Amino acid sequence: MIVKREKLSLWERLYLPAIIGGFKVTLRHFFRKKVTMQYPEEKWVVPQGYRGAPYLVRDQEGNTKCVSCQLCEFVCPPKAIKIIPPGPAGEIADRPNAEKMPKEFEINMLRCIFCGYCEEVCPEEAIFLMKDYSLTGTSREEMIYNKEKLLALGGVHNDRIEKWKHKLEEAKEQAAFPVAKP
Amino acid sequence: MPTASTTEPKPAPPPVEKIRIRVDGREIEVPKLMPDWQDKLQPTTMLQACALAGIEVPHYCYHPKLPVAGNCRMCLVEFGLPMMGPDRKPVLNEDGTTKIAKQVLPYEPATPRGAIACATPISPGMEIYPGSPATKQMRESVLEFLLINHPLDCPICDQAGECKLQEYSVDYGLSGSRFVEAKVHKPKAVDLGPRIVLDDERCILCSRCVRFTKDIVGDDALGFVNRGSYSTLTHFPGKPFDNNYTLNTVDICPVGALTSKDFRFQMRVWFLKQSKSICTSCGTGCNIVIGSREEKIYRYEPRQNDAVNSCWMCDAGRLNYKWVGREDRLVKCGVRNPERGMKDASWVAALNEIADRLKKAPAGSVAIVASARQTNEELWLLSKLKAKLGATSDSVPRIGEGDRLLVNADKNPNSNGARLTGVAADPMGSILPKIADGIRGGGVKTLIVFGEDVTKHGIGADLLGKLEALIVSDILPNQTTELAHYLLPGCAHAEKRGTFTNIKGRVQKFMKAVEPRGDARPEWEFLHDLVYNVTGQNGFVSIEGLFNLMAKEVPAFNGLTWAWLGDLGVTAQI
Repeated sequence: MIVKREKLSLWERLYLPAIIGGFKVTLRHFFRKKVTMQYPEEKWVVPQGYRGAPYLVRDQEGNTKCVSCQLCEFVCPPKAIKIIPPGPAGEIADRPNAEKMPKEFEINMLRCIFCGYCEEVCPEEAIFLMKDYSLTGTSREEMIYNKEKLLALGGVHNDRIEKWKHKLEEAKEQAAFPVAKP
Repeated sequence: MPTASTTEPKPAPPPVEKIRIRVDGREIEVPKLMPDWQDKLQPTTMLQACALAGIEVPHYCYHPKLPVAGNCRMCLVEFGLPMMGPDRKPVLNEDGTTKIAKQVLPYEPATPRGAIACATPISPGMEIYPGSPATKQMRESVLEFLLINHPLDCPICDQAGECKLQEYSVDYGLSGSRFVEAKVHKPKAVDLGPRIVLDDERCILCSRCVRFTKDIVGDDALGFVNRGSYSTLTHFPGKPFDNNYTLNTVDICPVGALTSKDFRFQMRVWFLKQSKSICTSCGTGCNIVIGSREEKIYRYEPRQNDAVNSCWMCDAGRLNYKWVGREDRLVKCGVRNPERGMKDASWVAALNEIADRLKKAPAGSVAIVASARQTNEELWLLSKLKAKLGATSDSVPRIGEGDRLLVNADKNPNSNGARLTGVAADPMGSILPKIADGIRGGGVKTLIVFGEDVTKHGIGADLLGKLEALIVSDILPNQTTELAHYLLPGCAHAEKRGTFTNIKGRVQKFMKAVEPRGDARPEWEFLHDLVYNVTGQNGFVSIEGLFNLMAKEVPAFNGLTWAWLGDLGVTAQI
């Protein structure tokens, strides 16, 4: 198809009107409120309910909340979580009546798809998707976060129920078991 | 198809008297008598009848291999009986059918009276309603009671995932708890014995463990103390629960009260891959399930086989799995160089070199020490080699202590296989001194050793030093493997397939659970290559074909096929 090139009119050939029109748009935006965020100096306000990186939390008394039930490992769609349970001779749990806590807990942040299933499935409210969205590292190994790192990043979660503490108190109240223990 | 002569000799079944009953409105005919836990014929119970009708009645305390206790009440079902008139004749409906009287509480005719299905015998014309709303309500109520003092600590409970309380709560329970009072707390993590930890809070007092240890093992070690909500399972004071069958109580415990110290907090059960296998710790050949994850074995569990081990296995056999994952496993094929010592070699190179040597060996200069821990197929391949080379062969007997329940005095899992394939002498081990003499005299120049440390069985390191060629296949390093000229790394039974013939002649197959370590290969695979290289005979490259070929050639196994062995094995005439 041949497109016929129209001849420019006199007004168009004058050139200046088009330039002035263009500068008008530029100037209008120049005096408006700026919309560009100066990332990374300026950080984005993460909305409520945002699903960032999953981290482990401690309760207000500093106890590791995870009991290594491995439900998150089971439910994790990309298999990013790996838990090594304590075994019979493992370390004593922070809360003795909770009996166990993970020997090692690894999340491969390269695999994680931030779906939030781990948080949803956790029966102990020990893992939460936090607001971190920018995870960087210089190697693949560095992107596998271990238990220590996850706990440090996760911080403290204010546990309102304190199931294990409550259980321990209840058991103590019943210390006068009807018959002396063997 | 194989002839009947290879199966267990069974007397002709006596005529069975049948009873017609209805289960959820469906009429079925069930035998009047059925075997109880001791295989004695007893009146059929409602639970057995429902099972025959294809309906599972939930239960905790009932176990088909234990005496009936009837204490958990979980199997309560609503039922009805034919209504009888004063003349002791059934009352008929208008349409001529028998009128059924649903059982109700006396003085409270609106409330159905359930019966425990595990202990109530059926009678002609009986109607059982395992699916009725009344039965559903009974189950809900029983579960509510059972859960009153249950700690609900599933996240830290090893039973989670295979817990009947979890399963039935989902299937038959209420969605929430109505219990607002404080739960009774009982001792937790009680050390019951060397292999068992007890959590009394989780116990639902079904008494399966008590009955098992009393009636099956004959060690009356467990019992309940205190009453009501404070009822507690415990062992006799000062006497730990330490017989050789304690870990079976962990299997039969429907909740997480009894847990294994060995498996405690090791792995959640839903991750474990289950592979059907055979225990190799003695000649009984208990059927087991190997639980493994990511090429690591976590536990053995007994698998029901009424012809061998019922539902049980001994603790010693159950805990004898850790050697499979040992760090010092032999993983490299090796050929000894006269100057440079042992060097890693490829399988092809090593097998070709061995084959060349064996082909040149004069008749009578080769001796074979096989192991009765090897599979039938492997031993049969060795017997082929023996026949071709005119070799002498034997294997090593292992006699220990047996007991009256499952443990056999013969500690080799396949003594009969070694005998039937003609590799072992009769009595086993009687030719070993002759082989030693042969090496001493210089007549035996090549020794093939499979899975045994012959230095511990009369052929010392000094004798092994005299050999021109020492061909050794083993799984773990020992003094013989250190002296080997050719080292062929083999597989544990959990890493290959094959069959064993147990002490009663039952041929049972086992499946692969984990991958072999390093370059290790199943013995039957490389033996097959070797036999082909030496004899030129080709067999089958699959274990199925190999077994079927062996069954044709070994008289005792005639008529057997790999497929026909099934999961439970077949008894051969030995």
